[in-house]
Amino acid sequence: MLQEESDLSLIIAQIVQKLKGSNLYSQLERQAWASLQRPEIKLESLKEDIKEFFKISGWEKKLQNAVYSELSVFPLPSHPAAPPEHLKEPLVYMRKAQGSWEKRILKSLNSMCTELSIPLARKRPVGEQKELLNKWNEMGTDEPDLSLFRPVYAPKDFLEVLINLRNPNYENSDSLSFRTHLGLIQVPLKVKDIPELKECFVELGLNIGQLGIDDSTQVPPELFENEHVRIGQKVLAEQDSAAAQQYIRQGSPTALRAELWALILNISSQPEDVLYYEQLKTNVIQHDLLVDSLIYKDVKLTASNDDYYFVFEDYLYQVLLCFSRDTSVLSHFAFNSASPPKSYIRGKLGLEEYAVFYPPNGVIPFHGFSMYVAPLCFLYHEPSKLYQIFREMYVRFFFRLHSISSHPSGIVSLCLLFETLLQTYLPQLFYHLREIGAQPLRISFKWMVRAFSGYLATDQLLLLWDRILGYNSLEILAVLAAAVFAFRAVNLMEVTSLAAAEAVLADLSTLKVMPLLQIFLFATVT
Amino acid sequence: MPRECQRSEYHVFQPLTSSPQGYGRQDLSSENQNYKGHGLSKGKEREQRASIRFKTTLMNTLMDVLRHRPGWVEVKDWLRENFDHTYMDEHVRISHFRNHYELTRKNYMVKNLKRFRKQLEREAGKLEAAKCDFFPKTFEMPCEYHLFVEEFRKNPGITWIMKPVARSQGKGIFLFRRLKDIMDWRKDTRSSDNQKDDIPVENYVAQRYIENPYLIGGRKFDLRVYVLVMSYIPLRAWLYRDGFARFSNTRFTLNSIDDQYVHLTNVAVQKTSPDYHPKKGCKWMLQRFRQYLASKHRPEAVETLFRDIDNIFVKSLQSVQKVIISDKHCFELYGYDILIDQDLKPWLLEVNASPSLTASSQEDYELKTCLLEDTLHVVDMEARLTGREKRVGGFDLMWNDGPVSREEGAPDLSGMGNFVTNTHLGCVNDRKKQLRQLFCSLQLQKKASS
Repeated sequence: MLQEESDLSLIIAQIVQKLKGSNLYSQLERQAWASLQRPEIKLESLKEDIKEFFKISGWEKKLQNAVYSELSVFPLPSHPAAPPEHLKEPLVYMRKAQGSWEKRILKSLNSMCTELSIPLARKRPVGEQKELLNKWNEMGTDEPDLSLFRPVYAPKDFLEVLINLRNPNYENSDSLSFRTHLGLIQVPLKVKDIPELKECFVELGLNIGQLGIDDSTQVPPELFENEHVRIGQKVLAEQDSAAAQQYIRQGSPTALRAELWALILNISSQPEDVLYYEQLKTNVIQHDLLVDSLIYKDVKLTASNDDYYFVFEDYLYQVLLCFSRDTSVLSHFAFNSASPPKSYIRGKLGLEEYAVFYPPNGVIPFHGFSMYVAPLCFLYHEPSKLYQIFREMYVRFFFRLHSISSHPSGIVSLCLLFETLLQTYLPQLFYHLREIGAQPLRISFKWMVRAFSGYLATDQLLLLWDRILGYNSLEILAVLAAAVFAFRAVNLMEVTSLAAAEAVLADLSTLKVMPLLQIFLFATVT
Repeated sequence: MPRECQRSEYHVFQPLTSSPQGYGRQDLSSENQNYKGHGLSKGKEREQRASIRFKTTLMNTLMDVLRHRPGWVEVKDWLRENFDHTYMDEHVRISHFRNHYELTRKNYMVKNLKRFRKQLEREAGKLEAAKCDFFPKTFEMPCEYHLFVEEFRKNPGITWIMKPVARSQGKGIFLFRRLKDIMDWRKDTRSSDNQKDDIPVENYVAQRYIENPYLIGGRKFDLRVYVLVMSYIPLRAWLYRDGFARFSNTRFTLNSIDDQYVHLTNVAVQKTSPDYHPKKGCKWMLQRFRQYLASKHRPEAVETLFRDIDNIFVKSLQSVQKVIISDKHCFELYGYDILIDQDLKPWLLEVNASPSLTASSQEDYELKTCLLEDTLHVVDMEARLTGREKRVGGFDLMWNDGPVSREEGAPDLSGMGNFVTNTHLGCVNDRKKQLRQLFCSLQLQKKASS
């Protein structure tokens, strides 16, 4: 009991500390001062009256949402004596692996830099600045020569790193033993099995209404959809983050989705946020970074080629270029196993005073990175709001998909979860694919790294991301990947090569996500 | 989904599933068809034989559809071209109305619509007449030149667009803001190209350019929607659920009115733009467009937009109802081009009597072949339908000498809020399932009555 109490007070102290520095705090202060004018505030019961005022005027709700947001994002402190690295990643071997992977990326970036003799950063001449400002809304029309640039890495390179991860305490040799996993991932992390997943995702159950299933044309809307929409509107009227998060587990109606996501991520477009975005834009105009070319290349290769996202090409530049300048993103490295790469001013290698983070936000984009942003363009078209939503989604979820950690939503755990589910519940399929040299993870890895963006139809993708927000976890990606294999199992049993297996699973655009998940979790005979 | 997945080039495709199951065979008659891609119509006829004969010159989608239709046989020799002057048998069907130009040529369309609007105002008042205000102000050149100048002077600084009445694919169109620009143009066309150009200067219209189009991703787009008219008197029109939004390849700005690539969204024009990448394509299916709107605007706003679009179809057809030479052999599949502005108001750009049936991608191929299949189902040369159907495949009966309601047997409560029209533009198109159910039940009915 005592331990819990002290934990709780620690958490409260931490949250108060964080919120004290936020905009909300000064707003509340101002509101409190202003409220003194009101007749119902009396000197004798000042504290209670102000609290009451906050309750009525909705400010308490805002505070509640902010606290909830902090709880969702920031991991709970484990032990007061734990060093900060433990918050990033408790397991040493994972930290080491992430460190060496980062070194490789940085080396690759530096060598590209030297080869092409392009500086990592340079200030733009005034003429170029003006030109860029004019073209800001149509950067997609620019066709710079990007042939010499290569993406720093692609998901499959990252997969190789994960395959070679070993826990030195568990198994030191590379030779096969009874401890060797059948899949590609060889680290012993704890992952959920189906009974545990059923408990976790209880709202996806068969007897609970879902958007994505119970809103199809055959089902009369009176049965579920109308009521669900009504509740959604109510949740929005109440402006309650926690309620929205619970609500969205059953899916979000199309018309309400943009607002619901903003509520859950606790994003409200204040003038300060718009100003901040404009400042980032100025940074982009003034300085040219090498990563900009990587971003251009990525957008041209992926989103521009997509049947549906090509329309949003310009928005992607506007978001991603600003994202790479945003130093507020650095704060998420406190709980990210990755660390921002450091770069040194020319000639001062090793001297800490001349070190800067490069890029300023510490995130080096890889091939397919722009696909994290593309689906959001469907919901938000105001650049600063779109930007805020993406940034929040990144520091809550997406960063876990490309850094090595033991977190249950980290990509390593997702891979292991996927392989374990497949092995346990579709052993024949798994064995067959393994025998023909088509390890399932080799196919599903790219889906999970991109959170299925670009592989599913947009409306299905948004229903999936609804659940990511609702459960505050990425495990559903692994479950969906396994469900897709289960769905196409019959065809997959007949293939005889990796290429053929890839072909069977090449086109996911016709899949309906929610029925697949529901059947796999709740309706499969085990 | 990523382009890498599409294994075939966009001009060579696998045709759709061959013989559809369970459609039932009956007394199939033979039929001939001669179909040109653009330009004037040809007809098809059928005679009492064991199979339906057809002929077409369009090699892409239509040929595939016709070849796969059970019981239809292609003939090598076409009998006659002057169907305009010859008697057609009862069973013959022709895929154009004789004077469809009343609807499809911009100057005639404008005239008919203006006349219809005046008539509506007289009969039903200003409010009803205002429902015809979906066509931007248009003036025929040069006969209405003075009226145009008057309107031009009343609205200084706005942009106008000059379009040839009878050309397609965006040819010959340009924008202007000053009267001087058209003076120069008239001089140019008169002097140089008139020998080669057989379109005389008179056949142009000047139209008010819509300067605030709805933009997606900063790009302008228009909608292509398909309407099948089975007869004008009485007016029977069907609306196809699928269609597409065609995007301009470059970002919209009023600064560059010389850049026709920005403003013209025809795929034909976009194909020649220096930015054009054939793999890009620039189309969204209507379902995607409708979903996009639904996530940006309130459901009521989206409903109102689609109801206004329905209104465009109905009013435009009604305006030419009395002018079109009514012929029970004729039917016509129109391609309507609709532009949405930032206030979610739809505008009619033009109506095409020969919408392009060439496919630019796999998705496009499937859309057009399904469209053609369903058109042939509605035309019903096999005489399977009862004539009381409200939906055939992807087609919904939109107007049957009066509005058609979605509800089964509900009374026509036009004017009241309860009436929901039987249109589903941009909605789910589960046509295969619907066709299967339809034809199965028709078969059962036939068995029961025989």
